[in-house]
Amino acid sequence: MAPRTLQQKLAILSDAAKYDASCASSGTTRRDSPAGGIGSTEGMGICHAYTPDGRCISLLKILMTNFCIYDCAYCINRVSSTVDRARFTPDEVVTLTLEFYRRNMIEGLFLSSGIIRSPDDTMSQMVRIARTLRVNHGFRGYIHLKTIPDASADLVAQAGLFADRLSVNIELPQDASIRELAPEKRPETIRAAMADVRLSREAAKDRTHTGKRPPRFAPAGQSTQMIVGADGATDRDILRTSANLYSGYDLKRVYYSAFSPIPDASAALPLIKPPLMREHRLYQADWLMRFYGFEAEEIGAAHPSGNLDLAIDPKLAWALANRAQFPVDVARATRDMLLRVPGFGTKTVTRILAARRNGPVRYADLLRMGAIMSKARAFVTLPDWHPGALTDSAGLRARFAPQPEQLQLL
Amino acid sequence: MIQVDLPRFGRFQAWRDAARQLAGNRVAPDQVAWGDAGLFGTDPVPPPGPHPVTASNEFLALAQTVASHSDPERWALLYAALIRLQQDRRFIANPADPLTDRLARMAKSVRRDIHKMHAFVRFHELPAQGPRRSFAAWFEPEHPILEAGAPFFVRRFADMDWLIATPQGLACFDGTLNFQPPAPRPTLPPDASHDLWQTYFANIFNPARIKTQAMRSEMPVKYWKNLPETGLIAQMLADAPRRVQAMRDAGATVAPAFAARVTARIRQAPDDRPPDTLNAARQQASRCTRCDLCHAATQTVWGEGDPSAPLMIVGEAPGDHEDLQGRPFVGPAGQLLRQTMAGVGLDPAQAWLTNAVKHFKFTPRGKRRIHQNPATGEIRHCKWWLDIERRFVRPRLTVALGATAAFALTGDRAPLTPRRGSVETALDGGPVLITWHPSLILRLDPKPAAQARQQFAADLTQAARMMTA
Repeated sequence: MAPRTLQQKLAILSDAAKYDASCASSGTTRRDSPAGGIGSTEGMGICHAYTPDGRCISLLKILMTNFCIYDCAYCINRVSSTVDRARFTPDEVVTLTLEFYRRNMIEGLFLSSGIIRSPDDTMSQMVRIARTLRVNHGFRGYIHLKTIPDASADLVAQAGLFADRLSVNIELPQDASIRELAPEKRPETIRAAMADVRLSREAAKDRTHTGKRPPRFAPAGQSTQMIVGADGATDRDILRTSANLYSGYDLKRVYYSAFSPIPDASAALPLIKPPLMREHRLYQADWLMRFYGFEAEEIGAAHPSGNLDLAIDPKLAWALANRAQFPVDVARATRDMLLRVPGFGTKTVTRILAARRNGPVRYADLLRMGAIMSKARAFVTLPDWHPGALTDSAGLRARFAPQPEQLQLL
Repeated sequence: MIQVDLPRFGRFQAWRDAARQLAGNRVAPDQVAWGDAGLFGTDPVPPPGPHPVTASNEFLALAQTVASHSDPERWALLYAALIRLQQDRRFIANPADPLTDRLARMAKSVRRDIHKMHAFVRFHELPAQGPRRSFAAWFEPEHPILEAGAPFFVRRFADMDWLIATPQGLACFDGTLNFQPPAPRPTLPPDASHDLWQTYFANIFNPARIKTQAMRSEMPVKYWKNLPETGLIAQMLADAPRRVQAMRDAGATVAPAFAARVTARIRQAPDDRPPDTLNAARQQASRCTRCDLCHAATQTVWGEGDPSAPLMIVGEAPGDHEDLQGRPFVGPAGQLLRQTMAGVGLDPAQAWLTNAVKHFKFTPRGKRRIHQNPATGEIRHCKWWLDIERRFVRPRLTVALGATAAFALTGDRAPLTPRRGSVETALDGGPVLITWHPSLILRLDPKPAAQARQQFAADLTQAARMMTA
């Protein structure tokens, strides 16, 4: 067989990488290149393109190789799959990254890999690529490295010095499903790897007794990904796991990835239509936990099944299940309570707090400040608006849920 | 009516200079006509007036952003806001004010356009003229943002020459940035990296999830004409249903024969035989699922120290620090224990330190984990491991820290206060000295804490005495 061209390898190894949802390039240290090197990072991430699957392209997201000795049922690259295999040389990855970067197509590199030979062997090659970019080419852009859970602490420590972000995928929301569907992986070593990253980040923030700061360790933090819909976990289970992960490992993000059919499926998992709406609702719930002061249990308890209502967003579902707390007086309510009003986002709440210092806030003001009053009106009182019996009316949910669809006759 | 015309580049500074002088004379906003790029000529601006003119940094930052908006009214709006600001300093902080709202929306639109410029400029490589590589791009922004958007590229691409051509002018960089009036759209040479980029774009797309609405809202169609990859989108969408159907039709495949050989080599078989060494027990415990605590906790925290030690110290369960590090007694309570032991002549390295329950139990609260006491069932399940540890270590004396350890060792759940300082008998025989858990001392108010600390030290002194006896 003729050796594959760079273009063929890129096709195979980007196709193999697309099931990783993360593409963030934000939240790292500020760097620029006028003093030497190439590239910059300015806090805010930049999405350079979008594909029709609605996901952004911020980083060159590729696998170093899609050869793998593990047999994870949900993964296209598992050892038992018959997918085409390829392997980049380290120089090819470096060149692709720099040439795309110079043309302003990407913010940097997100490098992952199948496990070849051993976790340490794979991790050391990924670290080598990151080191070449940083040291030999003075690359100041963003680097996200996927950490192999069983790799040695020494290699992870090096990875953290060159990468902006490290991530270890938890893969599935429940330990039992990891053991069943990814038999070579162990949930406890995955979590231990996350704990190590957290501890290394904290250690790098402590100054020495001379006041010297040690080198930054993965300044953009760590993230993880969970596949939704491949096992029987309810949304409440998923949110519980997320809450545990956020509280334990100082994660920047948990990504939810709707289980999506792969070209070479395993008999262990059905080929389904990816539950995109469920994924969307989970992201909304995740936002509620991180920015709106909600607990996983509150959101999960809104529906007895333990799953989120797919027809309406989780904040609205929570408000409908807790109507005794409404209506809220916008002129007096605390920030925490305003954040719980459906239709009020964090920015709207900040604006309300600024505006009510200057005088009464009326219905039209809220509209102008970005509140979605079609949702909020049932849950707030204003100088010129009172919901009356609307808050407690039986038909309130039906006002928000989409109309049931008329089925077509065959 | 005073006509003020602003130049093509450096417009904001020119507006600021003129506005300061006009406002110094309190010229009413409706007496000034602002224009762009020399259409009507400029009237002489009155000399600096008698009135002081001040503006907050926030207003200046807002004004500078709004200055890049395409709305011809922007200068008049900004001047009206400046005049109003001289009497009413607060309106600009009130999001409910219509003028504040309008300016904020304009600024948002400009910031978004600048952000999209940073995202969607695509450089093509040109033949190099000297040692530096040379690139050029054509971009059509919605607003006149070239000056505001170009410094980003200076910070990012300092080691190459580049040119960004827009309908409003050119930004050229060859070590220094300069702006030039508009020129006809340049023809850009083909660039092999753009072909690779298209390959990447087509392959990173997952045909099983179509969300064109999300794509269009973040990559508005008005920018598409200058993006090389967007030409592929129609074909990608057209092919998607066929590709998904092909995946369905193919169904599950037969695994190649070597796959089972590979996984057999690396897969660890579960080992349920009774462990014959302490280390084997530790290995087994690391995979323990006897109770539900393992799902949330990071890892099993096994005992550590000298496995042949005559002294065993049993705590309750690992805390936050222990859970992350995988080692017992490394958090604040552990440090207090180690200090107190050293103070009474006990070397922590010459004892076996462990916990009655080997997984951390907690409830998540935002970014923190709140410790929970283990339940009776969890203590019972975990006693399996404590018993194994005790069989291998065979301590002459065991110190139970707190009620959980006392219950696990003696089976007696009576209140701790009357028992503290006494020696009881473990379920498997052997003396158990009961004392406080050090975390209790850390939780108490200063006065009772001092007393508990003394009692704790006295109990450990007693343990030291019993060891030498």
